[in-house]
Amino acid sequence: MKHKTSIKLPGAVFTAVVVMLVAATSAQAELLIRITEGADSAIPLSVVPFAENGTMPAGDKLSSIVQADLAMSGEFRPLPPEKMLSLPSKRSEVYFRDWRLLGQRYVLVGELTRNGDRVQARYELFDVNREERILGETAAAPASNMRSLAHHVSDKVYEAITGVPGAFSTKLAYVTLERLNGKSVYRLQVSDIDGKRARIRLESKEPILSPAWSPDGKQLAYVSFETGKPVIFVHHLSSGQRTKVADFPGLNSAPAWSVDGQSLLMTLSKDGNAEIYEMNLQSRKVTKLTNHWAIDTEAAWDSAGKGIFFTSDRSGGPQVYYMAKPGAEPRRLTFGSRYNARPRPDSTGKYVYYVHQRDRAFTIARTNLENDEETVLTRTESDESPSVSPNGRMLIYATKQSGESVLTVISADGGAAYSLPASKGDVRDPAWGPFVQ
Amino acid sequence: MKLSAQSKVIALLFSAGLFAGCSTTGESMEDGAYGSDVQPIDQDGGSTVYGGGDQGGISSSSMTEEERMEIQQQMEQEALRDITTFYFDFDTSEIKPEARDVLMAHARYLSGNPGQKVRLEGHGDERGSKEYNLALGERRANAVQRFLIVNGASRGQMETISYGEEKPAVMGSTESAWAQNRRVELVFE
Repeated sequence: MKHKTSIKLPGAVFTAVVVMLVAATSAQAELLIRITEGADSAIPLSVVPFAENGTMPAGDKLSSIVQADLAMSGEFRPLPPEKMLSLPSKRSEVYFRDWRLLGQRYVLVGELTRNGDRVQARYELFDVNREERILGETAAAPASNMRSLAHHVSDKVYEAITGVPGAFSTKLAYVTLERLNGKSVYRLQVSDIDGKRARIRLESKEPILSPAWSPDGKQLAYVSFETGKPVIFVHHLSSGQRTKVADFPGLNSAPAWSVDGQSLLMTLSKDGNAEIYEMNLQSRKVTKLTNHWAIDTEAAWDSAGKGIFFTSDRSGGPQVYYMAKPGAEPRRLTFGSRYNARPRPDSTGKYVYYVHQRDRAFTIARTNLENDEETVLTRTESDESPSVSPNGRMLIYATKQSGESVLTVISADGGAAYSLPASKGDVRDPAWGPFVQ
Repeated sequence: MKLSAQSKVIALLFSAGLFAGCSTTGESMEDGAYGSDVQPIDQDGGSTVYGGGDQGGISSSSMTEEERMEIQQQMEQEALRDITTFYFDFDTSEIKPEARDVLMAHARYLSGNPGQKVRLEGHGDERGSKEYNLALGERRANAVQRFLIVNGASRGQMETISYGEEKPAVMGSTESAWAQNRRVELVFE
């Protein structure tokens, strides 16, 4: 733990800062989950409580976690176990007629076996109408890691039905802000996508913002004001080692990783006003990619890693632009309202998501890059920081509920929603992590 | 006597709508001019807030009319410099006309006190995206810095920083809170 404290004198230009690096093991379950809305088109599916051989660890049951994951995606409507007519755990016990009567399309059954320190899951997924097994697998994990095992099962079930890999095993990074007696505490945290297993990675009295995942999920880049000004750090999550990578005069902000993890796009104002640069992380050399008197910021690589989306107010107000390659003449993408900012493309290359002003409300919208069609996705009013799941199916963003900032997850087409309020204070700046092996 | 003159100036500034809370024009969401070019102001024209008058307590026989005017102007300038926060319309970094006299007073003071340092802190309201607001806060601080330089302060006396939407002056999601949060604060060392 590192303490750096300076004394604040009346009128002192630089404020005192205390930064604490918190050990990665300190747990803090900060986010709650609240499913606010289900999609009408959700598929009826039953996750039957798994049979258990041997003593299972205390805590949530694996099948309950799987059920919650699938419900959270908005694409499934799980049947509560108390409404099931039987609780099969293998194929010979599944009576398809019963499940048809209950209106179910899919049934997941399985059993858990304790094996020393490990738990093995054997599970099978059935298509009720076709009376066919569409998935049958075993997987094992340390007994202390039942949540990871459950998210893995959810990923496999999701993929067997939709054809798209599930993103339930991925992570979220976000920043919480607690105000106590006029003092602020910012905490950079990483959790599962249901808000569980949150770990504090950095705590500071000064703002932390714009966390961005490296493509391998091992590092976070972010902006921290801990030295009194915005500076970009790269933070290695497992070792806790942090490197100050950009500390130029003026702004050092909006970091975004390249597809190969070797460089960062960033906004610097060292030459007078906000421009987008690319920094090679090995040599720390920066290359200027925009050159305009306007604000250019919030850059992100497209899914192919060839072109760059960014925000610029060169037309008079902020709009989303695209450079087909670094330094190329930008093309304006958004025209639907006076304020469109902070573009984030999805992994499929089909859509770009951004903050969109509609009348007086700030919502999240997306543009279909194939036909330039714009769709407003949210009905909340103070939305910012959209981030897409790596499978392109879910979107997380920050919004306000009863005066506090919360995270909300919706399906990427705007259907179902759940929110992740902090147990106290604000939570903001979500970043959805990549798929990791 | 000094106090009464000061409060009189402040009262005048209040009535001129300089403070965001009193502003009737600050809520406009219309497209404004987005440039922030700053023109130098005529030094004489910009400085006189109000004429002479209540000088009770100072014996006019002991000083010339010139001296008396000088002292009064000095007091007026000091009173103006009590104001250190300047407000902006949504998504603009244009200095409002009513802020100019006060900024002129700060510029003159900095020019006359080369050792004095000041930090210009730019802020935005909570709406829109964080990183854009960070850049916008910087542009507001830069606009104030340019105004001060054009009017006599030197660049070496100033340092700018933007906090974007991270450090609101007023909590809440109301037009009034937003208006008070879109600001540049001068922090003297």
